[in-house]
Amino acid sequence: MRLTGAQMVLACLEAENVEVIFGFPGGAVLTLYDEIFKKGIRHILTRHEQGAAHAADGYARASGKPGVVIATSGPGATNLVTGIATAYMDSIPIVAITGQVATPLIGTDAFQEADITGITMPITKHNYLVKDINELPYVLKEAFHVACTGRKGPVLIDLPKDLQVQEGEFAYPAQVEMSTYRPTYEGHTGQITRAANAIKKAKRPLLYTGGGVISSGAHEELLELSRRVSIPVTTTLTGMGGVPCDYDFFLGMPGMHGTYAANNAINESDLLIAVGVRFDDRVTGKLETFAPQAQIIHIDIDPAEIGKNVVAHIPIVGDVRLVLKELLKRLQSAETHDTREWCAKVLEWKTAKPLRYRQEPGSCLKPQFVIEELYRLTRGEAIVTTDVGQHQMWAAQYYRVKRPRALISSGGLGTMGFGFPAAIGAQMAFPEKQVICIAGDGSFQMNSQELATAVCYNIPVKVAIINNQYLGMVRQWQKFFYGGRYAHSSLAGSPDFVKLAEAYGARGFRVTRPEETAAAIDTALNTPGPVVIDFQVDPEENVLPMVAPNTSIVEMIGGE
Amino acid sequence: MKRMLAILVEDRPGVLTRVSGLFSRRGYNIQNIAVGRTMEPGISRMTVTVEADPLTVEQIVKQLNKLVNVLKVSDMTDEPSVGRELMLVKVKAEPGRRSEIQQMAATFRAKIIDLSPDSMIIEVTGDEQKLQAFLMMMQEFGIKEIASTGKISLLRGSKITRDAKALS
Ligand SMILES: Cc1ncc(C[n+]2csc(CCOP(=O)(O)OP(=O)(O)O)c2C)c(N)n1
Ligand SMILES: [Mg+2]
Repeated sequence: MRLTGAQMVLACLEAENVEVIFGFPGGAVLTLYDEIFKKGIRHILTRHEQGAAHAADGYARASGKPGVVIATSGPGATNLVTGIATAYMDSIPIVAITGQVATPLIGTDAFQEADITGITMPITKHNYLVKDINELPYVLKEAFHVACTGRKGPVLIDLPKDLQVQEGEFAYPAQVEMSTYRPTYEGHTGQITRAANAIKKAKRPLLYTGGGVISSGAHEELLELSRRVSIPVTTTLTGMGGVPCDYDFFLGMPGMHGTYAANNAINESDLLIAVGVRFDDRVTGKLETFAPQAQIIHIDIDPAEIGKNVVAHIPIVGDVRLVLKELLKRLQSAETHDTREWCAKVLEWKTAKPLRYRQEPGSCLKPQFVIEELYRLTRGEAIVTTDVGQHQMWAAQYYRVKRPRALISSGGLGTMGFGFPAAIGAQMAFPEKQVICIAGDGSFQMNSQELATAVCYNIPVKVAIINNQYLGMVRQWQKFFYGGRYAHSSLAGSPDFVKLAEAYGARGFRVTRPEETAAAIDTALNTPGPVVIDFQVDPEENVLPMVAPNTSIVEMIGGE
Repeated sequence: MKRMLAILVEDRPGVLTRVSGLFSRRGYNIQNIAVGRTMEPGISRMTVTVEADPLTVEQIVKQLNKLVNVLKVSDMTDEPSVGRELMLVKVKAEPGRRSEIQQMAATFRAKIIDLSPDSMIIEVTGDEQKLQAFLMMMQEFGIKEIASTGKISLLRGSKITRDAKALS
């Protein structure tokens, strides 16, 4: 079949069952957009390419399918960079297609030329600059394959303008042939047996699990393992929903803003079963003091993660779900060691030192209370996206998700402005589900232009702005570690968010008192279309507990 | 500790950037790098010398292996291997001192490949120590410029750095 480059792209999207793409047109993708127009594939026009990239990311996180984003050359492509880096740090599969100046002009500083493959080399799993039309079908196939297999991640295809009109022979390859890329899925059986034996012997085992559990869909196996052997679980921010937050043995998040129970359990555990995690500094605190008594089993699909930050005693490279399945076969509850004493101790910590805050009736609105009310009124069933800052930590602490892919947050890169466009993407994946963005007043202003997108396509995302009039997390660090000097962390002069929503044609509500909260949330949830709620909360509330950077995670400020 | 890595890569545009970019971005210092063809069309071989402790080298190898265009990475440091570097040295050569230089070059089995009224270019190959020694000797005459290839190496004996799995 003879197709133009642009037609090949569309044929590929069809073959890959892509149901929606996010993008923004420009000179170098006009032909591609013409084909999008003719084919009628669902396309969401955002108001900024960064919005499109985050939306594709949110779509991917919510659905598990790859997100697709398109932008033009030069500034269009560079506007994707933050979105691509965000996806890269959290191993999210997205395929970004950028236009490029025509091949004869490449390297001449042509109008809107940017070396986007060069720029994104360190933030993509792989990228391609296509210069020969005959390679395009294969590159498209390979891009989706690389993005969605092994440790997932963003892949970028840079497609020069002239190739979009050039014709070539098209047959979408049925499979890829890559001698240089073969992820390991099956864990080493000997290692899995060693791990099983270690688990049988352990007196104080702990599961420390992350985004890898979500990515591989290992939540059922994880819960089964925890139940069968009685092992408490702590999940990282990106691993939230790996087990339901209302599960008895769930201890909450570890690390800098982790719970007393989770951090102490890590400290006293004799066997840390690390599953799909990468021992990020926000989790470990000072590395030398992390899990000092524990043997470490580290299961991950990426061999480079094993041994990167901590030495694993039993490393297992493989798909987390497949490895856990194998592990379960080797663990029958009868023969395992009794962990009852340990569990009792950990659960005692959990009940004695829960997360807490105080909402005085009739006084200043507390951000944690807002999130608990959101949780209560959505019965914990919503898909929640967050921005980055204090509200993000409170969302992770108090919106106790029950399922994987229900808490969507930029963990690794910590990208402000992620939440709202990601919510748009998640809503596109699940039009019938309730999608809530828990936003910061600072973060929201980094992508508030996407209100136009939400209104235009009637995407009924509800945005709960936790408006503390500060770059709150910055203010908190300044308070704790910089003598209370609030250098440029005040957000005085922010817009009236209700009016802002209305200006875009969305609905807006404001809540200033605890008594108004439930009714406002209820109204918002029952209002069709996008809604913004401006929750004006206590400006000086801090996220607790807190571990100072590079100290031991059991030295918690406000942990007692 | 100095480690020598042999990296087989697909010969595609940008591959060198991918490899060298990975080193700099993760803070690993390349001391020496040489790139060239292999017997197989489409596959190049890079020989990279880095200064790093064993754990870091393990991490470098793993990260390199993640690059989609990288076929195979082997740490050759502890294996018996031969390594050579090619260097061109331009030295001042006043007519009165030429024979002296010639003699010295002969000792190092170096070749004179260009001659001008006041300078000559000498080609010398060898391992690092030999090249260092040669340069030291030449200093006496006045070195004007040098160019070198970086070290390349192969395992001794019949063993090769490419395994069957990567070949298929
Ligand atoms: C793009 C970007 N710039 C800067 C930061 C640094 N940063 C981390 S949290 C934060 C404050 C965020 O403020 P806001 O969105 O109002 O959330 P809050 O902490 O007040 O809940 C800042 C500036 C960041 N994470 N991302
Ligand atoms: Mg704020």
